[in-house]
Amino acid sequence: MQRKSNKYFELHTEAAPLAVFRILFGALMFASLVRFWANGWIEKLYLEPLFHFSFYGFEWVKPLGVYTYLLFVVCAISALLVMVGLYYRWAIALFFFSFTYIELMDKTTYLNHYYFISVLSLVLCFLPAGQYFSVDAMRTSKTEADRERNRWIPRWNLDALKLLLGTVYFYAGLAKLNSDWMLEAMPLKIWLPSKVAIPFLGNFLTQEWVHYFFSWSGALYDLFIPFLLLWRPTRKFAFVFVILFHLMTGILFPIGMFPYIMIVSSLVFFDPSLHQKILAFMHRFTGSWSAFIIQKKKPESHQKRFKGLMALYIVAGLLLFQLLFPWRYLLYPGELFWTEEGYRFSWRVMLMEKTGYAQFKIVDGQSGKRFYVDNSDFLTAFQEKQMSFQPDFILEYAHFLTEHFSKQGHQNVEVYVESYVSLNGRLSQPFIDPNVNLSVEKESFRHKTWILPFNDAIEGI
Amino acid sequence: MNKKHIFVRLKRRFFEGSFFGHEKDLMKRIVLLVLGGLLIACSSEDDPTSPNESSIGTAVNFDRSSMLADWADAIIQPGYADFLSQLQTLEARATQFTENPSDANLTALQSQWENAYTVWQKISMFEIGPAEAINYRLNINIYPSNTDLILRNIQEGSYNLNLSSNRVAKGFPALDYLLFGLAETKNETLAVYSGSQGIAYGNYLLALIADMKALTETVKMGWESGYRDTFVANDGNSATASVDRLVNDFIFYFEKHLRAGKMGIPAGVFSGAVMKQNIEALYHGNYSKHLFLTGLIAVQDFFNGKGYGDAPDGQSLATYITALNTVKEGVDLSLLINTQFDQAKTRVATLASFKEELQQQPPIEFLEAYDTVQRLVPLLKVDMVSAMSITIDFVDADGD
Repeated sequence: MQRKSNKYFELHTEAAPLAVFRILFGALMFASLVRFWANGWIEKLYLEPLFHFSFYGFEWVKPLGVYTYLLFVVCAISALLVMVGLYYRWAIALFFFSFTYIELMDKTTYLNHYYFISVLSLVLCFLPAGQYFSVDAMRTSKTEADRERNRWIPRWNLDALKLLLGTVYFYAGLAKLNSDWMLEAMPLKIWLPSKVAIPFLGNFLTQEWVHYFFSWSGALYDLFIPFLLLWRPTRKFAFVFVILFHLMTGILFPIGMFPYIMIVSSLVFFDPSLHQKILAFMHRFTGSWSAFIIQKKKPESHQKRFKGLMALYIVAGLLLFQLLFPWRYLLYPGELFWTEEGYRFSWRVMLMEKTGYAQFKIVDGQSGKRFYVDNSDFLTAFQEKQMSFQPDFILEYAHFLTEHFSKQGHQNVEVYVESYVSLNGRLSQPFIDPNVNLSVEKESFRHKTWILPFNDAIEGI
Repeated sequence: MNKKHIFVRLKRRFFEGSFFGHEKDLMKRIVLLVLGGLLIACSSEDDPTSPNESSIGTAVNFDRSSMLADWADAIIQPGYADFLSQLQTLEARATQFTENPSDANLTALQSQWENAYTVWQKISMFEIGPAEAINYRLNINIYPSNTDLILRNIQEGSYNLNLSSNRVAKGFPALDYLLFGLAETKNETLAVYSGSQGIAYGNYLLALIADMKALTETVKMGWESGYRDTFVANDGNSATASVDRLVNDFIFYFEKHLRAGKMGIPAGVFSGAVMKQNIEALYHGNYSKHLFLTGLIAVQDFFNGKGYGDAPDGQSLATYITALNTVKEGVDLSLLINTQFDQAKTRVATLASFKEELQQQPPIEFLEAYDTVQRLVPLLKVDMVSAMSITIDFVDADGD
């Protein structure tokens, strides 16, 4: 057993799939960042708001004023460097840090696929994706032997990416196995009819059977697609499904670049021969890099294997974390969709139509004077929307209000919230205990006892 | 025939494994595939109008663009037309009054001001398109007005009403001051207009009305010359689609201008101190409640798609919610919302004038009535928005 697994980690494969992955990843990331900038979102999401919602423990990560643009420039340049494979290790590390910093600046903008990109780029820091079909390879490969060595990577490199991608899909599928999604076709029953204006598809989206069809096929797709991609006989079909599925979701929902990222990532499941063809195709535009596509075999050097071993442990650790972290919700009481304790960073995608309303009451503990807050004085419409149904946002905002009104001269400021939340088409119900003074409640990973119980049950994982 | 041909070609490519053989054809094939898929989907739908039998066969039967057309043609445009004609009458009365500042002419002008102000409450919520472009609401109805600035403008005789700094010196609140607030009694007011500075006051009065009329003509023209069609055609679901935008504007109006502006802020809900000076129609003294109720009824009528004046009723948020509910089978949300509207109307109607209510320390009755209005906010902002899947902002989101 021991020997067999050791043997697995000594297996090698061609570097072409990893090179293709690196190039397309870099290109898509660059395009994403340009798109983000061109839409005016840097200004709108990071510069205009007076206040930013932080992730617990990352309160020190804030937008950098006008230098936020510089941060995006750095991130975009590092994406380009990753694409062409120049100073790859530095570039991907720089990309990981700058991109993750951007995502940590305000959790209002949290999206699972941004988190996916952070995780993916972290894993890529430990994979030799820059050694083949890259400027680095061109610079450093002096001899035929160098070139030959660069042509090979440990097989687990590709398997790690496959496992990561498979985890994202499979966990997204598991999360759909709940009564709202499967039995009520919620929230698609709410979302799809509003898309009636889409050409061709629109007329179907109002049909109830379509809501169920999309719910069930979406769940089945997520659960089975990793295996269909892994198994050679079904791989091509599976890839066609990948394209159709993601194009469909791209048409239906405002999810930006996510469909393209997933489509491109799925290419990693294919044999190196396809990637060689893709590289050959790219080579037509890149000229002299063709020198690196050569066909002889040679074993790895010992030194290289040692370096790979360090990376192996780190990547294995990261993947193990991905497998375990989504289950942390089991440690919390109450309905996950309601409290959202353990909801993020778990590949729970498109599961909820959740809308809230939160009206904050400020009480001056000394004078007894009380008044309500106009949220739009402090938050953008997007921030207010996200804040009003997520308890950790509500608490953080309450602390901000405490500080703000204390500075204004109010004494012993107490903050209460009257809030209503509607989840997956249910009538709204009170969300946070209106009698709890949030200014003295502390943020932690513990269960928030001031979230009122959910008046219904959602069965499932 | 043609369809079959495509399938045969697709099938061959799948099973003979040549699908990924030639990269340059890949895009072409993907496009073919998507088209083929659409073809299958479209051909399986024989008769979309046939009645549904099984419970899972229900569908949401609702045409968003016909709702938009009803809003434009039966509510918004007739509203602007009525308001413009009210302003024309107001201008005529004001001309009469400035030419002959008699008691009767003042009374007629004051009463026409009431009429026009009442009609304004029915159209103020539609701050979209041409109205949004010129900040219509801010130009017509910012209160409290700045009386010092009004008087300075009259003294100096030269002013640019297009400047945003002059917004607090014009519109209905400035007219309120000029018609009801210059003096304690009617005779004293008449004395101002017939006195040495009477012409300056009269000119300012006329300039304000001309400004309101011009703004309204701009908005009305904007709807007639193109915006109406743009509005109706933009029937998608995104932050820039007409339904989403107008619903956002509608809720914003309800929350900020009706609930907060007309009741909450004067009652000190947001500051902790009653601000009597902040009621609408301050100098008239007994009209704020009427204006508020007119606004509240207008909001409810819009929700229910009630045609303006004689215009026919049409598709509305209420009928849309009901149509969506045929699939969702939840509680009757439009009934809940209408019930709360009715409660709020009844409760506010029992109040004395806002001015009197706000004399109370604290104004308990007024605050209780405010609470019935407040209860509508979560119903509209949470339940209605969620049921209709309204997009609030143009950013990526994956529903988590």
